Amino acid sequence: MTAILIPAILVMTAITALVHDVDVFGCFLTGAQKGIQTAVRLLPTLLALLTAIAMLRASGAIDLAGKALQPVFSVLGIPGECAVLVLLKPFSGSGGLALGNELMKSCGADSYVGRVAAVMLGASETSFYTIGIYTGHLSLRRTRWLIPAAMTADLAAFAAAGFFVRLLE
Amino acid sequence: MISYVWTGLMVIACVTAVCQGRTEALAAAVTDGAADAVTLCLTMIGLLGLWSGVMELMEQAGITRGITKLMMPILSGLFPSANHSAKQYIASNITANLLGLSNAATPFGLLAAEEMHRTQGDSDELLRFLVLNTTSIQLIPTTVAAVRAALGAKNPFDIMPAVWGASAVSVTAGLLSSVLLSKVMRWGKQR
Repeated sequence: MTAILIPAILVMTAITALVHDVDVFGCFLTGAQKGIQTAVRLLPTLLALLTAIAMLRASGAIDLAGKALQPVFSVLGIPGECAVLVLLKPFSGSGGLALGNELMKSCGADSYVGRVAAVMLGASETSFYTIGIYTGHLSLRRTRWLIPAAMTADLAAFAAAGFFVRLLE
Repeated sequence: MISYVWTGLMVIACVTAVCQGRTEALAAAVTDGAADAVTLCLTMIGLLGLWSGVMELMEQAGITRGITKLMMPILSGLFPSANHSAKQYIASNITANLLGLSNAATPFGLLAAEEMHRTQGDSDELLRFLVLNTTSIQLIPTTVAAVRAALGAKNPFDIMPAVWGASAVSVTAGLLSSVLLSKVMRWGKQR
């Protein structure tokens, strides 16, 4: 069902635009041009952030922090295996997905840990990366309460993941 | 702020790598990270190009206008000082996010943020919009479901209700804490 969703959006949009007498092809090209420019403008930011994150992962700092924080997370109902995910996901979407993949493989996709990991990934964003892109783009220097509020939202998502998986089991 | 975070991350990485004797892996990570950025940018050129094209069509065909109208009451509540075009970009950003297309959502988010920054500077509303973008508001967790399917889950999409629940909690927590924190900080400054 969901597999047809994305192609269907494309087709429905094109048909609706045709009905409304829009220059469908030319209009698509204009939009695509804008998107490509945005992507290229993002490269310097990506370069800076992804290099720092790759270094952090390779150094083992993320694993160490996960082990250290395990007691705190278990109070929140977050399984120990998922502790590192909580630390990695806000920094790196692909890193989070890779780690989630590992967790689901080793514990089973339908196991409690596997499901909590999946819900954590689905219900959170790569917050630091997002903040980096937006603040970099606008050259905002004072972010005031932005990072604490974003972290609160992430932590709430992670804690709620365990709760909802148990609730809906 | 971001300058400190970035420098801090690299300092932590270097110190930990030296302590754990992983300097070689660290050196490799520098090259890998840079290469990853280029790979990701190439993927994004394709995806952002495609979805920005589709979104442009949606705009011209009046689809976005319809969605914006539906969302207007919520948008006016959350972002009362945003002008009409900013609200339109926010609506497109939310639409793309709901469909699980966070890659397509980013350009609209950036346009909305640009417009809000131009008219109101680094206001509370702009920061609130950024917080909203750091929470996930997707209806269809496409990527995670694909991973689950590949690993043999019985029903890859059966995590959706739990994802909705956790997302709702997260969005609520983000918005509440942004209101509270901005009040606390303003109060702290006045004293």
